[in-house]
Amino acid sequence: MRQAAAEHILTPAIRTEDFRFYYGSHEALKGITLSVEQNEITALIGPSGCGKSTFLRSLNRMNDLIPDTRTAGEIWIGGKDITKPAEDTVALRKQVGMVFQHASPFPFSIYDNVAYGPRIHGKVRKAELDELVESCLQSAALWDEVKDTLNKPAGSLSGGQQQRLMIARALATKPDILLMDEPTSALDPISGAKIERLIQSLKTQFTIVLVTHNMQQAARISDRTAFFLNGEVKETGRTEMIFNSPVYEETKDYISGKFG
Amino acid sequence: MAKLVKETEHPLFKKSSKLRTERFGKGLTFAAVLLTALLTAAIFFLVISKGLSTFFVNGGSVKEFFTGSTWNPGQKHEGGSPIIGALPFLTGSLAVTGLSALICTPLAIGAALFMSEISPKAGRKVMQPVIELLVGIPSVVYGFIGLSVVVPLLRDHVTGSGFGIAAGTIVLSVMILPTVTSLALDAIQAVPRSLREASLALGSTRWQMIYKVILKTAKPGLLMAVIFGMARAFGEALAVQMVIGNASVIPHSLFEPASTLTSILTMGMGYTVLGTAENNALWTLALILLLMSLAFTIAVRWIGRGKPQ
Ligand SMILES: Nc1ncnc2c1ncn2[C@@H]1O[C@H](COP(=O)(O)OP(=O)(O)O)[C@@H](O)[C@H]1O
Ligand SMILES: [Mg+2]
Repeated sequence: MRQAAAEHILTPAIRTEDFRFYYGSHEALKGITLSVEQNEITALIGPSGCGKSTFLRSLNRMNDLIPDTRTAGEIWIGGKDITKPAEDTVALRKQVGMVFQHASPFPFSIYDNVAYGPRIHGKVRKAELDELVESCLQSAALWDEVKDTLNKPAGSLSGGQQQRLMIARALATKPDILLMDEPTSALDPISGAKIERLIQSLKTQFTIVLVTHNMQQAARISDRTAFFLNGEVKETGRTEMIFNSPVYEETKDYISGKFG
Repeated sequence: MAKLVKETEHPLFKKSSKLRTERFGKGLTFAAVLLTALLTAAIFFLVISKGLSTFFVNGGSVKEFFTGSTWNPGQKHEGGSPIIGALPFLTGSLAVTGLSALICTPLAIGAALFMSEISPKAGRKVMQPVIELLVGIPSVVYGFIGLSVVVPLLRDHVTGSGFGIAAGTIVLSVMILPTVTSLALDAIQAVPRSLREASLALGSTRWQMIYKVILKTAKPGLLMAVIFGMARAFGEALAVQMVIGNASVIPHSLFEPASTLTSILTMGMGYTVLGTAENNALWTLALILLLMSLAFTIAVRWIGRGKPQ
């Protein structure tokens, strides 16, 4: 038992081996080898177009939707290489949740938005759903604001509330891993700060991979940082190392704002 | 002594040619709008006044019009009022419209889903052009095909003469299918990509995404598409008249000759004289058609209000 627990802690939540991604003939990711540790926040930083979103979307196979793409290399999640075509993407996406840059609430009520995931995965008992919806909204720090208006359309919430609703919606499928692609970049600073605190509070239960353009945000909340440049991981390590004593000149220039 | 320039002669006060063009353009548009409004008003006035004179001039009974089943406006009841039971055509029109919407809706939504979600490539390359072609075929051609193929087929393999509501419904369904499909496609494609991705990212299957997100989100647009199709079916005259049999009796089966408002109108208008009770009765049918098309338009507008932008 002891040993199993120890192993559990040692196994990275995600491990990629020389992962490559091609849009047609364009190689957008050129051999990514990276580990994401459990219950940590891993920040992906780098100038735009360097492949952060492509990498993130490879982790839950969302790139399958884009025609004329292919991959090479491996991505190991939960003991399986999820790049295999036969891999069950439904089960994978249930386990690896995603929050997008722009909140995209379904045109349903707040309640139905959160209940969407559990319902499609077969949970229909009202009492069970009620409980799950409440706990997810609690976790997403939204419950107190919406507990009396659960039947209102989700579109009536403010931008920041909608983004927290998206987090609650993603939590409702009970994932192990949460992928977030610039979740605060479309928000005002105050709403953004709220989401940031929320992300920090979530890492005790989830493994989080966070793409961000905001250097302060990466420095403030992430445990590890991977610096992407031109489709490669230029440098990776503990966040304080990357920010205080980067090895490469490019990393230093990027985090000090010389290019972006 | 300096000559005072008259205000209106100063270059700053000269009207520019641009301004003139704009005025002219505005005038032209205004005239066009006015003409359209006048024409519409004139048509409404004509149809309404003529249509109502059956009741107010010839003394026809409104109750009989909607409930009576004998149509013979050239003849008179003993009391002197014309025999104007339009119930057979009213039911005929409603039956072909409702039934063709019932047949057409699942086919159109299915085709639209195929084109947008299942195989966009084949949809764009094959189905889109085919649908555009089908929309452009004149209704008389649909009627002719119905007469030469559908009617004999029903006669030989089902029952009766082949003429009737069933034949009319089949022809109308095929006829409105392309229009409804292309409107349904618009509604489905208007569902933002972000919602599709959100659903899939939560681990839904493609079918769950279609069923629970796309159809639900596109519902107002889909309803509009169907109502639009119904409006077209209700107003179609030629194609229906060719296959429905044109018997002014209330049909007891889908395979008996029947008639619709439009078919009686087209058949009758050549044989009546303006101003007679017989002619006025036809105007009353026209009035019903006008009011129904108004109702369809209002319904589409009303549903359109609730449509997400
Ligand atoms: N759908 C796509 N089709 C083709 N090329 C794409 C697509 N999405 C992204 N790319 C290309 O892949 C590279 C990486 O893009 P992306 O992953 O979005 O970068 P980032 O998120 O770091 O800004 C860019 O060169 C971009 O142009
Ligand atoms: Mg990106």
